[in-house]
Amino acid sequence: MDLNELLQIKEKELAAQKPHTLRCCMAAGCMSSNSQAVKDGLEKAVADAGLSNQVEVRGVGCMKLCCQGPLVQADPAGALYERVTPPDAASIVGTLLGGATHVGKGDPHDPFFTKQLSIVLANSGVVDPERIESYLAADGYTGLHEVLHEMTPKDVVEGLVKSGLRGRGGAGFPTGLKWGTVAKSPGEKKYVICNADEGDPGAFMDRSVLESDPHSVLEGMAIAAYAVGADQGFIYVRAEYPLAISRLQTAIRQAKQMGLLGSAIFESPFNFNIDIRIGAGAFVCGEETALMASVEGKRGTPRPRPPFPAESGLWGCPTLINNVETFANVPAIIRRGADWFASIGTEKSKGTKVFALAGKIKNTGLIEVPMGTRLRDIVEQMGGGAPDGGRIKAVQTGGPSGGCIPADALDTPVDYESLTKLGSIMGSGGMIVMDQTTNMVEIARFFMEFCMDESCGKCIPCRAGTVQMHHLLTKIIERKATLRDLAKLEELCDMVKHTSLCGLGQTAPNPTVSTLRFFRHEYLELLQPDTHGPHGNGAVTQPPVPA
Amino acid sequence: MDTLRVATVWLGGCSGCHMSFLDLDEFLLELAQKVELVFSPIVDVKEYPENVDLVLIEGAVCNEDHLEMVHKIRRRTKAIVAFGDCAVTGNVTAIRNQLGRGNAASVLQRAYLECADLNPQIPKEPGIVPPLLERVMPVHEVVHVDYYLPGCPPPADRIKALLEQVLAGAEPKLAGKDIKFG
Amino acid sequence: MAAKTLTIDGKEVSAAEGATILEAASDAGITLPTLCHLEGVYDVGACRMCLVEIAGTPKLLPACTTQVSEGMNVTTTSERLQQYRKMILELLFAERNHVCAVCVANGHCELQTLAYRQGMDHVRYDYCFPKWDVDITHPLYGMDHNRCILCTRCVRVCWHIEGAGTKNVAGRGAKAQIITDLFQPWGESDTCTNCGKCVMSCPTGALFYRGATVGEMERDRSKLEFIVTAREKKQWIP
Repeated sequence: MDLNELLQIKEKELAAQKPHTLRCCMAAGCMSSNSQAVKDGLEKAVADAGLSNQVEVRGVGCMKLCCQGPLVQADPAGALYERVTPPDAASIVGTLLGGATHVGKGDPHDPFFTKQLSIVLANSGVVDPERIESYLAADGYTGLHEVLHEMTPKDVVEGLVKSGLRGRGGAGFPTGLKWGTVAKSPGEKKYVICNADEGDPGAFMDRSVLESDPHSVLEGMAIAAYAVGADQGFIYVRAEYPLAISRLQTAIRQAKQMGLLGSAIFESPFNFNIDIRIGAGAFVCGEETALMASVEGKRGTPRPRPPFPAESGLWGCPTLINNVETFANVPAIIRRGADWFASIGTEKSKGTKVFALAGKIKNTGLIEVPMGTRLRDIVEQMGGGAPDGGRIKAVQTGGPSGGCIPADALDTPVDYESLTKLGSIMGSGGMIVMDQTTNMVEIARFFMEFCMDESCGKCIPCRAGTVQMHHLLTKIIERKATLRDLAKLEELCDMVKHTSLCGLGQTAPNPTVSTLRFFRHEYLELLQPDTHGPHGNGAVTQPPVPA
Repeated sequence: MDTLRVATVWLGGCSGCHMSFLDLDEFLLELAQKVELVFSPIVDVKEYPENVDLVLIEGAVCNEDHLEMVHKIRRRTKAIVAFGDCAVTGNVTAIRNQLGRGNAASVLQRAYLECADLNPQIPKEPGIVPPLLERVMPVHEVVHVDYYLPGCPPPADRIKALLEQVLAGAEPKLAGKDIKFG
Repeated sequence: MAAKTLTIDGKEVSAAEGATILEAASDAGITLPTLCHLEGVYDVGACRMCLVEIAGTPKLLPACTTQVSEGMNVTTTSERLQQYRKMILELLFAERNHVCAVCVANGHCELQTLAYRQGMDHVRYDYCFPKWDVDITHPLYGMDHNRCILCTRCVRVCWHIEGAGTKNVAGRGAKAQIITDLFQPWGESDTCTNCGKCVMSCPTGALFYRGATVGEMERDRSKLEFIVTAREKKQWIP
């Protein structure tokens, strides 16, 4: 494969395009609402109407407004059909012949769509994730070609540094700096790992990217591998994402067949292979050292850092580990330039961020917005506010490691520093909206239970501390706790945060700490007078002795 | 200085802590001159009195009488010492908690029916036999405890160390091997 | 090998490059509380007892796995660290059923000893009272999960000193437990060589010689040290 061949495939693909396209969402959300049958129905209706030469029915990735799925969009007319059922297919195809349809239409000019800025999701809902030609038609793999033939690894790293891209897995470590460290680490053998073990409750950004545009991740990984000097990559993806796994397998196979992965890529000396490793359902394996242990075939438990993976990672070799979304940003940065990327976002947070909008909100789905977008714009304009006229009370970001941002802080811009200042984190992109019916202590307990169940059990503060914090939260909810218990809870939050071995334990208290910070009155309302003290009234806390 | 009004109480425990207390030997004589023992298994007083300065509570809180008793003690006492491992941790007395829900019925069944030689029956005279609590608790899970004197039993030296500090008017503070469990 | 100079608790200390803070402290006569650490096997930094403060580092780091570096300024004892250590011990005691009075290791237990040394006179957290089994299917040894603190010393000696790979960890969180082979009774293990190193390594009463009763489980670590010395220094010192 050389550049000419690549461009030929692209031209051929574009030339073969039919006047009309019906894009049907084939990501997991819509597929769970039967979109496969919708697509089959559309294909049959097209054939029945004798329009096979005129209309292409294309299975695409996530079309973002998940709550209204299955979604079908007609090009070039632009009509967006919502909640499509298989019997609707004929009338949708009929509209192409001037007919009418009763199928509900969404507004593509709703702020939900117009306020989005797609870099990572540019191909999502557009290209067919199961056909590499579709990705090539969208300029796919030209970034990799450019890197291999026109840039030194050092140039690539410098470009990444200049772009200001930061890790999208949650912590926001500067990506270029990380790549530079791995590139400089001595070692013959190096690895690149894509962390696709997305596990935060309510988060589905990475899954959508993998299901909708797997090649962008593969291309990003290949570029990274060239930059750091690796020849082997792994994608660690959770078993709960079977569709993402299958699309990745297809994508890897197709890329290998075309010589875009494997040996002498683009007729250069660069070799790179990618293998998939499937997680077995442990949240902690999203932590990088636990993930690497799992890839090595060991029990997935974290180990103390330093040494960091960049120095000593997989099998002791320097290892670059980035999140799905981080890699998916890379091809666009190469193609369009670091300056272009750096012009988007805020001073310290560049580019866009994908969020999975969920919870008590009208428009649930996938959004990509420039960094610095106000939370209020996201939840009120794009999300359409709370359903049924409810009032938004808080927004949870960062999953079990994050915090709850109260409604009166909704004017906060979404960037790494601002969210951290509010006691939350950017996290991987889960955004759960809560309305006035949500009990914040219950929320804190929910996340604590999650961490308690997902703690690997290696270090004591996380293993036993989460159990005690969960117990104290339960006591508060059951109205059996006193101020003394609340003090114990806060003391444990501090201790578990500072003494746990890995990020899971270190951040497990966050949802509790942040709800205590902004919604303390909800805790206090549940507390009972202390009868234990020396001056207590001595009320019996257990059932009294029968008379 | 007024004579210190001291009590000792025996809840859910084996009385080993009280035996160890008696092992204070000649110190008991010294103690007798400095304190007034106002309530104890070895004193014939039926009702826990008011205005007690210091109480040593042996045993865990196992039944409803214990529960009522510790609350009464807390109201009427300046300083509570959890006396021995059962009072401090629940210890052997609390092992039945591991049986989970229904553990009280299980232990009664085992003790009074399965292991009975004759007349197997579970004692249940109302108002006389206190019902067991579903969960055995160390004393501090029920009321505030001021000082801890662990050990199973706490050796006489350890008891003496604590009492001497109290008698000297100091805040009792045990450390090192003097707070060893077991 | 280059030497590094650092300060531990205000004391100038020099240590070999690659040495851990725990080793450097120990050489300087500074004792740190440890539970999962065992001389002769690699460290895992799991128990968090040896966490220390390092000037300029926002996070507390375990002395057992953190290597010394030039100019490092380490504090091993502070009010905050002492409080955290005590809380770790309280959490451990509340987690499983550590009934010292009737434990085979009473009087010879590292957990019990650390507790009184760190000033823990009671446990403020509610005890969990979980139900755990005792595995006495092995003819020589027993495993009482009620006393286990999951330090994984037994796992490490089994894999890295004996090389049998019998012991392992299964489950996660509070349900994590030490298992034998593929989670089968110890007595049915095909890989166990009956060497007893796991029993020697155990800090509590979780692993014991069958027949041992309350307070009888004293650990003889000299055999472990003998093997490790022989392997690492090629010296057969009996």
